[in-house]
This record gives sequence, C-alpha cells and structure tokens, in this order.
Amino acid sequence: MSINLQLPSSRSAAAAPAVRQAASRGRPYYRWYVPFLFILPGLTLYLMWSVYPLAYQLYISFFDWKIMPGQVSEFVGLANYQRAFNDSIFWLALRNTAAYAIVTVIGQMVLGFAVAMLVHRVIIGKRVFRAIYYLPVVTSWVVVSFLFQYLFSSSASGLVNYVLVHLLRVVPEPISWMANSDTAWIVIYALGIWKGVGWAMVIFLAALQSIPTELYEAAAIDGAGEFQQLFKLTLPLIRRTTIFVLVALMIGGFQVFLSVLLITGGGPLHRTEVALSYMFNRAFGRLDFGYGAALSYILATIIVLISFAQMRFFNRSTLDLEY
Amino acid sequence: MIAASRRQQRLLNLTIFVVLCLGAIIAAAPLLYMISTAFSGDAYVQQFPPRLLPENPTLSNFETAFNSRNFGRAFLNSTFVALATSALVTALTTMTAYGFARFDFRGKNVIFYTLLTMMMIPNIVLIIPQFIMATNLGLLNSLPGLVLVYAAGSIAFNTFLLRGFFENLPRELEESAVIDGASHFTIFWRIMLPLAAPAVSTVAVFAFLGAWDEYILALNFLTDEAKRTLPIAIANFRGAHATNWGLVFAGSLTAVVPTIVLFIVFQRYFIQGLTSGAVRG
Repeated sequence: MSINLQLPSSRSAAAAPAVRQAASRGRPYYRWYVPFLFILPGLTLYLMWSVYPLAYQLYISFFDWKIMPGQVSEFVGLANYQRAFNDSIFWLALRNTAAYAIVTVIGQMVLGFAVAMLVHRVIIGKRVFRAIYYLPVVTSWVVVSFLFQYLFSSSASGLVNYVLVHLLRVVPEPISWMANSDTAWIVIYALGIWKGVGWAMVIFLAALQSIPTELYEAAAIDGAGEFQQLFKLTLPLIRRTTIFVLVALMIGGFQVFLSVLLITGGGPLHRTEVALSYMFNRAFGRLDFGYGAALSYILATIIVLISFAQMRFFNRSTLDLEY
Repeated sequence: MIAASRRQQRLLNLTIFVVLCLGAIIAAAPLLYMISTAFSGDAYVQQFPPRLLPENPTLSNFETAFNSRNFGRAFLNSTFVALATSALVTALTTMTAYGFARFDFRGKNVIFYTLLTMMMIPNIVLIIPQFIMATNLGLLNSLPGLVLVYAAGSIAFNTFLLRGFFENLPRELEESAVIDGASHFTIFWRIMLPLAAPAVSTVAVFAFLGAWDEYILALNFLTDEAKRTLPIAIANFRGAHATNWGLVFAGSLTAVVPTIVLFIVFQRYFIQGLTSGAVRG
C-alpha cells in the first residue's frame, strides 16, 4: 500500500538525540503496560469468541453431546473420531473438497492471468474492464448461489440450457443439472471459477504493471517473440505473485461451503457433500453436535497443516504477505 | 513494412478489445439476468426465451418484498449489524495492530504467531461451540451478540493487515511526538490513524461487507423472524414448492447494490489493500 507522506523529512524535524539513543540502544520509551492497553481490548474479544471456542470444541468432541435442555451428554472418549475415520461419506466429502480446490484454483489462475494480460494491454476501457470482471467478487455468496441455481435451472428456459440447446445447438434437450452429481459439480465449479477470476486478475494485473516496460523493449530488440517474452520474462518476474495467488486460492478452495449448501445441499445422496457442508449438516441437521465437533477439529487441523505446508514448500517469506 | 506492422498492431489491439468484451459479457451476464428477472414482475415460471432486459419493467417485486415477511425490518437489522461490526472491528484491530507494530512486550511473538495460525482456520469451523456458548449466555436472537461473534471472527486477519501497514510508517514521527510530551494514545489517534486512513478504511469496508453478507451464523443464531438479517430474508423468499424468482432477486438486488456502491467508492483503496505485499518484489 503506498500513500503520500506529506510530512517534513525526519532529519530536519527536531528529534531529540536522547530518545534516538534510547531507542537505538533498545531501551523502550514507554512504560511496560502501555502495549497491553493497545492489544488487550481486541485480544479479549478474540480469546472469548475464537480461542475459547476452539478449546471448548475439543471438549464437546469427546461427548455424545445433547443440545436439548434436560438431557445429559455422555462422555464417549475418542469414539467420535473413530467414527469419522470409518465414515465413508466423510472420506467422499474430503475427496470432493480436494477436487473442488484443484479444479477451481486452476480455472481461476489460468483465466485470471489471461484476463490480466489482456487488460494490461488493452488501449481503452482498462478501468471499466477491471471493474466489470471484479463485480462477481464483491457480490455475496448467498446471492450468487441462488443466481446460479436459477441460471442452471432444468427447464428449457433456464439461461444455460437455452444457450446450449437453442443458440449453440450442442445439446439435444435441456439438462437437469441437479439430478446427478456430475452435472451438479459443473454448476458448483462454474460458480467458484466465475466468482474468483476477478480477484486473481486484479492481483496479476498489479504485478504485470510493476514490470518496467524497458525490459520488454530490450527483449524485443534482442529478437524475443511474444511467447518467449511470456515464458522467459513475464512469468519468471511475477513468480512470487503467482505463488501468493496459488496459496490464497487453495486455502479458499478448501473452505468451500456456502455454494454447496445452498445449491445442492450436499445431494443427491451426499454425492456433492464437501467437508464443511457435511460437518454442518451433521451438527445442525441431525443435532449430532459431538460428532460435528470432532469433524470440525479434523478439518481445522487439515486446513492449518495444508496452509503451513504450502507456505513452507513454496516460500517462507509468503508469511509476510498482506492482502 | 512499417505500415504492415502498424496495421498488425491495430488488428491485435482490436482483437484484445473484442476478447475482453466477450469475457466481460460472461462475467456480467448472470448479474444482468438477475436484474432483468427482478424487474419482470412475477417469475414463478421462467420466460422463454430468456431475456437480459425485461420486456415490461415493473417495480412490483420490490413492492412485494418490502411489504412482506419483515423484509424492511431485515434491511434495518442488517444495517445495524454491519455498521456495528465495522465500527467495533476498526476500533479494536487498529489498536491491536498498532500495539504489535510499535511496541515490544513479553510474549509478543507467541501471541502474534498464534493469531496467524488461527487466521487460517475458517470461522465456520467454530460454529458449533459458538452456537452452544450463545445458547448458554442467552445471546440467541440478540443482534449485539451476533456482532460480537462477527467482530471476533475478523480480528486476526485485519490485525495482520494493519500491522504491516503501521510497521511501514516512519518511526521518527512518534519519537519526536514523545519528546513533545504527547501521550501514546494521542500519537496513535492524532498521528498514526490519519496516516493509516487508506488501510483503516479498507478494514472498515471489509468488516462491513463481511457482516452484511454473512448467512450461516445468522441463520442459526436468529430464529425470531423480527431479528433476521437480509441474507436470511432473501433465502426465505424461496418457496417450498414454487419460487417467485423475481421476488428472490428483487431482495438480492436490494442487498447487493449497497455493496457495489461501497466497492466503487473505495475501489482505489480496495485494490491497494488487495495487492500490497502480493506484488512486492
């Protein structure tokens, strides 16, 4: 983030040497409790509603938890975790989640990069294009989930069926998208990619704009063609951005939830269940809170491990990224 | 030769423009279709052929929406929840981030890396204990209660975002202010916050949008119809057997338009906030 600091230069400001020295010797120029006055209000709320729930959830996961007043929760030890391990639907949900992450991350990155290249080079309407492609990103998941359900409705007058059957004539009759899991996945994948391309585009575009044009001029003089410039110059130069986009999108991909819950609800027959939707359906659909808590714990562990592994694998310094 | 390559260049520019327009249609068509349906009157059955512009535009769906099922109430509830969350998150995270960026204290690294790790855990994973806690504390059907949970959920990420920003501000500023006798809170309030305005407004807008769009916690925390927020009200427009999609999308548009306006107004900051760091080096 860059801002214009319209301030007198620090050297000309009358900074007292005493404090400078104190600071440089590492002696703080504030009382010990001052930092805590700043951090405690935020941390208190965070401890209460994020850290404590995480610990409480571990406790819940050891019980056959009863939510109804008057019923007694029974301690079951690790039974909920054992059950998860042997639960074939949970394994299916995990595989589905991984497949979603892989498909949508590739789709978003390839399309996002392609659009960024084009927007970078277009002569007129740069800002307008950027804004239009970014619109799906700012539209809420609830709204776009309903919207895709409507676009992919099974009748002949659903927009997608109409385009496929009547305009392009590639399909003989309207498809009932939600009737089987393969076509339902197409809808969920399409939504994930459509909604995320703009985000990847904005990041790639900023990276492309940071490359000095002299490099391309020099490359062109040396006789490098378009493809050579892309593979030998552009891609290596934006490598760190690419890694950042990949890691951020993967983390997001593993958190897929609302679109599945609202579009298919995990059906038909749990075939489109993802990890989080399965956890939610168990807990709030079947009131099986103990099992849901165990599933949550397993998922939280998996997500944190994957995030750390990706960061370590690619680049330690990605930890410093802010976005 | 030069004329030929210039013509080639022009052709290339035209191709880029046309391809981008086609892509923009795909990006925008679903939203246009939504707008068209919202202004089309009753839409229990989809029109054939589908239209991206309504034939006889009407506001009837918006009238029905605001006259029915506490939709206006939901709009007010959402406004309160989003504004309160935004204010709380902004106040708390600017202070926390400043504390981490500018001071040294015992346990600083441990606390910060704990925050960083917790940041990777999606909020939805904590919904079970949060729901049980809210039940025990009598916070179900309480909008301020919901605000607390929303705010807690955005503390880690926004602290992280703001800390990076504060760290990049020159240290000499506060050193000279200390000499002038300013208190630490004055320095924070009068010098640091104004300098960080772009980042702070990004946080305020992110927090607002997060609370405005949130669905799943609101669905489970707010069972009383009068307490419901917009996303729940929109979902409730879907019928058990037949759905008037015109009504669903009139409600959706009412919820989406404020977010798009915010996005356009804060576009510059947003994009700075999104890309800072990502593009470094």
